[in-house]
Amino acid sequence: MKVKVLSRNPDDYVRETKLDIQRVPRNYDPTLHPFEVSREYTRALNATKLERVFAKPFLASLDGHRDGVNCMAKHTRSLSTLLSGSCDGEVKVWNLTKRECVRTLQAHEGFVRGMVVRYCGASFFTVGDDKTIKHWKMEAPGYGEEVEPLNTILGKTVFTGLDHHQKDAVFATCGQQVDIWDEQRSSPIRSFTWGVDSFSAVRFNPVETELLASCASDRSIVLYDMRESAPLKKVIMTMRSNTLCWNPMEAYYFTCSNEDYNIYTYDMRYLDRPITVHMDHVSAVLDVDYSPTGKEFVSASFDKTVRIFPKDGGHSREVYHTKRMQHVICIKWSADNKYILSGSDEMNIRLWKANAAEKLGVLAPREREATDYSQKLKEKFQHHPQIRRIAHHRHLPKSLYHQTKELRVMKEARRRKERNVRKHSKPGSVPVVSEREKHVVTVVK
Amino acid sequence: MASPNVEALSVTHVEKKKKPPARYWDGPNDGNKEGKDGEQTEQKEQQTQRATKRKQSEDQADGKDVLSGKPDPFPGPAPIPEDRLQKFKRKEKTKKPRRQNYKLKDMIARSEETSEMAQKQAARLDLLLPEDAGFLEGDEDEDTCTISQEDIADSVDISSGTKYFNLKLSQFGPYRADYSKTGRQLLLGGRRGHVACIDWQSKQLMCEINVMETVNDVKWLHSEAMYAVAQKKWLYIYDCNGIELHCIRKFNDVLRMQFLPYHFLLATASATGFLQYLDVSVGKEVAAICTKGGRLDVMCQNPHNAVVHLGHSNGTVTLWSPNQKEALVKMLCHQGGVRSVAVDKTGTYMVTSGMDKKLKVYDVRAFKVLKSYFLPAGASCLSLSQRGLLSAATGDIVQVYRDVWSTPVTKPYMAHRVQRTVWGMHFCPFEDVLGVGHGDGFTSMLIPGAGEPNFDSLDANPYRSTKQRQEWEVKALLEKIQPELISLDPTELSRVDRATFDMKHQDRVQALGFDPLAKEKFIPRYKKKGRSSAGNVERRKRKVAHEDLREDIQKSAEDKKKIEKERKQSEEKKAVLSSQKSALDRFKK
Repeated sequence: MKVKVLSRNPDDYVRETKLDIQRVPRNYDPTLHPFEVSREYTRALNATKLERVFAKPFLASLDGHRDGVNCMAKHTRSLSTLLSGSCDGEVKVWNLTKRECVRTLQAHEGFVRGMVVRYCGASFFTVGDDKTIKHWKMEAPGYGEEVEPLNTILGKTVFTGLDHHQKDAVFATCGQQVDIWDEQRSSPIRSFTWGVDSFSAVRFNPVETELLASCASDRSIVLYDMRESAPLKKVIMTMRSNTLCWNPMEAYYFTCSNEDYNIYTYDMRYLDRPITVHMDHVSAVLDVDYSPTGKEFVSASFDKTVRIFPKDGGHSREVYHTKRMQHVICIKWSADNKYILSGSDEMNIRLWKANAAEKLGVLAPREREATDYSQKLKEKFQHHPQIRRIAHHRHLPKSLYHQTKELRVMKEARRRKERNVRKHSKPGSVPVVSEREKHVVTVVK
Repeated sequence: MASPNVEALSVTHVEKKKKPPARYWDGPNDGNKEGKDGEQTEQKEQQTQRATKRKQSEDQADGKDVLSGKPDPFPGPAPIPEDRLQKFKRKEKTKKPRRQNYKLKDMIARSEETSEMAQKQAARLDLLLPEDAGFLEGDEDEDTCTISQEDIADSVDISSGTKYFNLKLSQFGPYRADYSKTGRQLLLGGRRGHVACIDWQSKQLMCEINVMETVNDVKWLHSEAMYAVAQKKWLYIYDCNGIELHCIRKFNDVLRMQFLPYHFLLATASATGFLQYLDVSVGKEVAAICTKGGRLDVMCQNPHNAVVHLGHSNGTVTLWSPNQKEALVKMLCHQGGVRSVAVDKTGTYMVTSGMDKKLKVYDVRAFKVLKSYFLPAGASCLSLSQRGLLSAATGDIVQVYRDVWSTPVTKPYMAHRVQRTVWGMHFCPFEDVLGVGHGDGFTSMLIPGAGEPNFDSLDANPYRSTKQRQEWEVKALLEKIQPELISLDPTELSRVDRATFDMKHQDRVQALGFDPLAKEKFIPRYKKKGRSSAGNVERRKRKVAHEDLREDIQKSAEDKKKIEKERKQSEEKKAVLSSQKSALDRFKK
């Protein structure tokens, strides 16, 4: 007779001393782990609920401006530095880790319209309503020195926007025309016009660094090549675009915020229809900025909210609002992809988390693993109705909620009417126009 | 793939003829790799063509990091046996969508890749499991069923030998037995009111009480801190010190109980024909179902999908979930009443025994009989072990069978006679032990090969400390599965919900006035040099049209074939049946 009976040595399964950690022998046999799917689903549901519990995005409010914050600029070299310009011509430099203002200077008379930090991070430019471009040193002046700009250029007309080249000593301004300036000269090296009287924003392409895009008041977005003397092409839309931002990773895409409550992502090669129409705002969108990963962007709106959109999603994944925040005028996504900064009408700059439920600070490896695991689970079960409902629920202020509902009703009515018209007319005479095609009037080359 | 073979061949060829294998203790000029390489290439120039030579030199460059200069005899990752891979297989490969859907295609490919990697890693890790399953082999001309428990206990090590023991409790018997989920604690319930819980390996008594009432069944709840006792009238819950925690008056005349550990549900079957579910984590009754099946004293659970199986006196076995007032399935299993039911751990097989003295094995996924055995005395109690051993009690004899579902069994694997009639049987999880409660107390038998040798300590750890148990309890409660998710197929939740999608899509089409997912009509591109002649265009159009239809046509043809085949089979069956005469044939016209 040959016999063997299971007989385990407890020493192999129990820790030796109390100072050791417990032994965890595993056996991954699926038959020992029944109800895999249902248990994972339960975990995903719990993770989703916890995410909503821990979603506390608001971090800090930086106050100190004496008028509405009109523009902001990220420092190109330092994560913790932020510059902001207000409607009374004051520029403030902030330290974000200490959440305090480190420097204040009276830059312009009237609005500070645009601001940009030079790629080296040692100086910055501002434009204002007083028709000047000023070049400032980043460092505060020493004791006894006066606060003086390095250089001041007096323009002929009001400048409304400003952007600096990625690696050359060249910058662009916009106003009545788009000007390209050499830092060393006091007159523009090139000026672009295309039968338009005013531009609201100009942006250099971060990858093809000689390319520019600008938003014009005649409802068009114009593309330029700095090396050429004439603009490249423009797309005319049904409503005016306020600002635009290039996708830093796929720099042939740019996203523009529009007055018709929508945001449009275009491929600069095919301007005849936007890639995506991002809807959710209930008032004009004033500013937009991409995350450094290029996967998401954030938008600021006149409806007093900040929304975060995935780059290829039609609706926002997140909405931020507070009782005290008024019309949000400018927005920035920090260079470490973790924070969002919004400047609003009521003189405050607000610091938000880009990921509302994220825990800040260093995570222990186990904690990080756990969050990664729950993130994956949430992703896996995101389409289940219960999980979807919880994950998508956002509390909105009453007025906003009703406005959204009203807009939906209006849209539905318009669609119904269109459908009825189509039903009662000759087949093919009223073609179906997709949402993407609706908002483009024409492309001019 | 072929390149390593080529090189290995050439190396052996060279070495056999020329010189003994190079050793590091030989002269340095022998181990000079470059010279050797040069020689080899010289020879090859004569023999082989240019292409193979290039391949060779590449391989040698690859092999440079091998110290001895010899190629790796086992290149690449170690192979994994097919059966082990099969064990961890979760699903069939997803069919890739046709054309266009690049994003979906990419996503499917990625997820497939990760799941394959997980499967392989798990299969590799299987090699490292520390314990092997037990076994019992007789000598030549010796049946294993003739080997007595004493012999086994004598021939195994001392600690295992002590696992064979008898508890003589003749006063309050017969006894029902239940092991906790980790297999460390034993709960005994004597019919005349004696309830005891024992740490059976150390033989320490945890508590012992007499409830002064008839005890119908006892069951551990999720941990060893609490157990439920079905007494004469109500259901009671005690803690491990024997203190009564709850008396649940909603549950009356309970005869049998089952605990669903992942749902925290206690399912009870009563003499009044009610099947009730109690959520033990919140103490609420989840469902009370009138089964209309009379007195329910045969019950078991399917550990794979948490469906409760009830045996009835009319020979049917019914399957129940708390979400439905009707039985999920009704199976007529026996002529005469059902005496006992058991379902194996994978949820594939169900074993039933009835008053007709038959023992039947069913495939519960297809609801088909696989095997039918005749036991002269009939089995009163059935129990299945983790590794698929079946114990059947006939009167006072406990028989254990092996492989009842795959091969026709003629002889039991083991047999043992206890003092009086067997009343309750339970295999101990993660141990080679069968606990038998009978009229004269309790017997713990050694059944080699019954228990799962390697436990997963995050699921059920027999060696866990109090702290670990508390941690586990919190985690288990957090991932308690809701009773609504109990269904026949536990993986249903991971399927694509096409019905809802279709409905939503229809609504969308209605709202929009057109189908946004409709395919655009194919317009052939204009080609120059006369290749866009009317005939050519027509031909190109037809090509695409065929491509679209091809799959549907193929599928419908296959379906037709299948239906035809099934029809033929059923006709044959009918023919066979009609050729047999039955007593009722004379009433036919």
